[in-house]
Amino acid sequence: MKRLLSTFALAGAFGLAAVSAQAATKLEQVKSKGFVQCGVSQGLPGFSSPDDQGHWTGLDVDFCRAVSAAVFGDPDKVKFTPLSAKDRFTALQSGDIDILSRNTTWTITRDTSLGLNFAGVTYYDGQGFMIRKDKKVNSALELSGASVCTQTGTTTEQNLADFFRANNMTYEVIAFATNDEVVKAYDAGRCDVLTTDRSGLAGERLKLTNPDDHIVLPEIISKEPLGPVVSHGDDQWFDIVKWVLYAQIDAEELGVSSKNVDDQLKSATNPEIRRLLGLEGKYGEGMGIDNAWAYNIIKSVGNYGEMYDRNVGPDTPLKLPRGVNALWTKGGIQYGMPIR
Amino acid sequence: MSDMAMPGEGQSKSLFINDPKVRSIGLQVIALIVVVVLGWMFIDNARENLADQKIATGFGFLENTAGFGINQTLIPYTETSTYGRAFVVGLLNTILVAVVGIFLATIIGFMVGVGRLSKNFVVRALSTVYVEILRNLPPLFQILFWYLAVLSALPGPRQSISVFGEFFLSNRGIFAPRPVFGEGSGLVVWATGAAILAVVLINYWSRARQEETGQRMPMLRIGLAILIGLPLVALIVTGFPISFDHPELKGFNFAGGIRIIPEFVALTVALATYTAAFIAENVRAGIQAVSHGQTEAAHSLGLRNGQTLRLVVIPQAMRVIIPPLTSQYLNLTKNSSLAVGIGYPDLVAVFAGTALNQTGQAIEIIAITMGVYLLLSIITSIIMNAYNKRVALVER
Repeated sequence: MKRLLSTFALAGAFGLAAVSAQAATKLEQVKSKGFVQCGVSQGLPGFSSPDDQGHWTGLDVDFCRAVSAAVFGDPDKVKFTPLSAKDRFTALQSGDIDILSRNTTWTITRDTSLGLNFAGVTYYDGQGFMIRKDKKVNSALELSGASVCTQTGTTTEQNLADFFRANNMTYEVIAFATNDEVVKAYDAGRCDVLTTDRSGLAGERLKLTNPDDHIVLPEIISKEPLGPVVSHGDDQWFDIVKWVLYAQIDAEELGVSSKNVDDQLKSATNPEIRRLLGLEGKYGEGMGIDNAWAYNIIKSVGNYGEMYDRNVGPDTPLKLPRGVNALWTKGGIQYGMPIR
Repeated sequence: MSDMAMPGEGQSKSLFINDPKVRSIGLQVIALIVVVVLGWMFIDNARENLADQKIATGFGFLENTAGFGINQTLIPYTETSTYGRAFVVGLLNTILVAVVGIFLATIIGFMVGVGRLSKNFVVRALSTVYVEILRNLPPLFQILFWYLAVLSALPGPRQSISVFGEFFLSNRGIFAPRPVFGEGSGLVVWATGAAILAVVLINYWSRARQEETGQRMPMLRIGLAILIGLPLVALIVTGFPISFDHPELKGFNFAGGIRIIPEFVALTVALATYTAAFIAENVRAGIQAVSHGQTEAAHSLGLRNGQTLRLVVIPQAMRVIIPPLTSQYLNLTKNSSLAVGIGYPDLVAVFAGTALNQTGQAIEIIAITMGVYLLLSIITSIIMNAYNKRVALVER
């Protein structure tokens, strides 16, 4: 139903909008309504899930709060729209949301033919399989003939088909519309295997009746760079979202965190930190926002490492090691573009 | 209308816009032009705006490789098939649920509807309880109930319930032996077809004869003899060319044989029982609409209860039953899109779900999907209206 509505909104938006009229920029729109509308998942622990009081938490959620901090100086001027995998792009295309931060994989089709722009990678992921321990399977290559549950409208469905075809194995796919349905069907024994991004598996496992009865197989069958997405046609907004992420990664690299950012503001001598915090140069102005944008992000949401550790890191129920998501200086591939 | 036309007589020489006929046609033409122009502007504008944002448009995507699997396909389909093929697979899956669902719903509906009027208290009470419970619960809820109830009640494939060692029931579905047609089996198929045709023709002829002479033929015995005998003879002549492919437990699951997936069972059963509750009420209303005098007249002619119902009451009741029955059939077809809730690969799940998301062509895909449902519904309506015309009261 929601999809249908957003499709009508999409058709309406494109059908009725005057072709040539110059609409307000996205930044102006966001500022005038006073909040960032952020599309998130319908509940994926660690990335975006509401707690029992309705507060959203997670890596993707924190990223939207960082954007809000950069634009408004306040991380709480965000409204969240939970979206299923199927509905997410339509919601962005039709302008229902300003930014999609919903563990979304960056692929060429999505980047080039859906009218979208990927603003970076908040989490480098890969697809994996989860299976019951009592099936005594140790490798994904032993899965021939298995029934596999997955969520529809994801890259997962195609990766799954590719993997089984490449290895000459048969399988049966049962695709559900929402994550919760996938988990329920897997828990009920409808399928042998649950597949999604490995970070997702870590989150979904916690929802099962007996999480300890299940293991995640070692194979990673795809590249899943997950990141925030904006729609085509507004480069300024695209820049802001892109640089919010870089600022967070740079901050971690420079050792600036929410705990020491105020001290750094007073006493920093490192020119890179001074530029990051807006003490030198006017980098915020170039994007149409406050020069203290990065300070606001770090002060309220923290740097990339803090955001990671708080939501998905080893001390959280998900227990995901940094792995490739470590900074490039520490053996990973997270690399913030220079602020200068 | 006629009121307006009457005073027109005296003013026939006045302006042509006062002529009600000219005016009504003129207004309709203007309305049509406005709709067409608005529609065209809408489409053209949408196309231009989509192109501005570099969002792909057009129907070319139907020929691209789909690259995803579907677990119930009535026609050959692999991951390398096109989106167009995936569309057909989804459409056929929708039609399958609709046809089987309508068939079951009609049977259950008629039984419960007649049961509601039974003189037997238990039958009447059971029928009432059935109708009141099933038609008052939301269909999606019933589908989920069947799905999760069926799934959690059934064992895994390794502990599956076996019937005669040939049929297996597990939470992966129902597995049955699949007939494999070997060489010469064409004759058997032909013989079966010929037997069915023969039975229909003989039935037709015997009825005509009964109306003419009053003599009845033992149709049941003759029919069964032909239906079983002819294919059997063909089988013997060709030397039993039909073998069976038996389902076997291999690794995770059964391989071989015919398989009915639990999603199909849950969806079809839920929709059939749900719609049957409404059909039962239509049937009850239809029967009650036939005046009691008809029953009494039939009884006084010596017809028994069953015959009265079958020969006198039901044919007259059909006139009242058919129009709302059509609506129920349409509802069932459309409700089949609730399949997305349990992962049954119907048109909405496969095409307006997976394919839409992978191609991103929301406007085209939703338009096609809506067009298909419209078409399915219109076809159902046409068939039912034709049938309605046949059973309608012939007025002289």
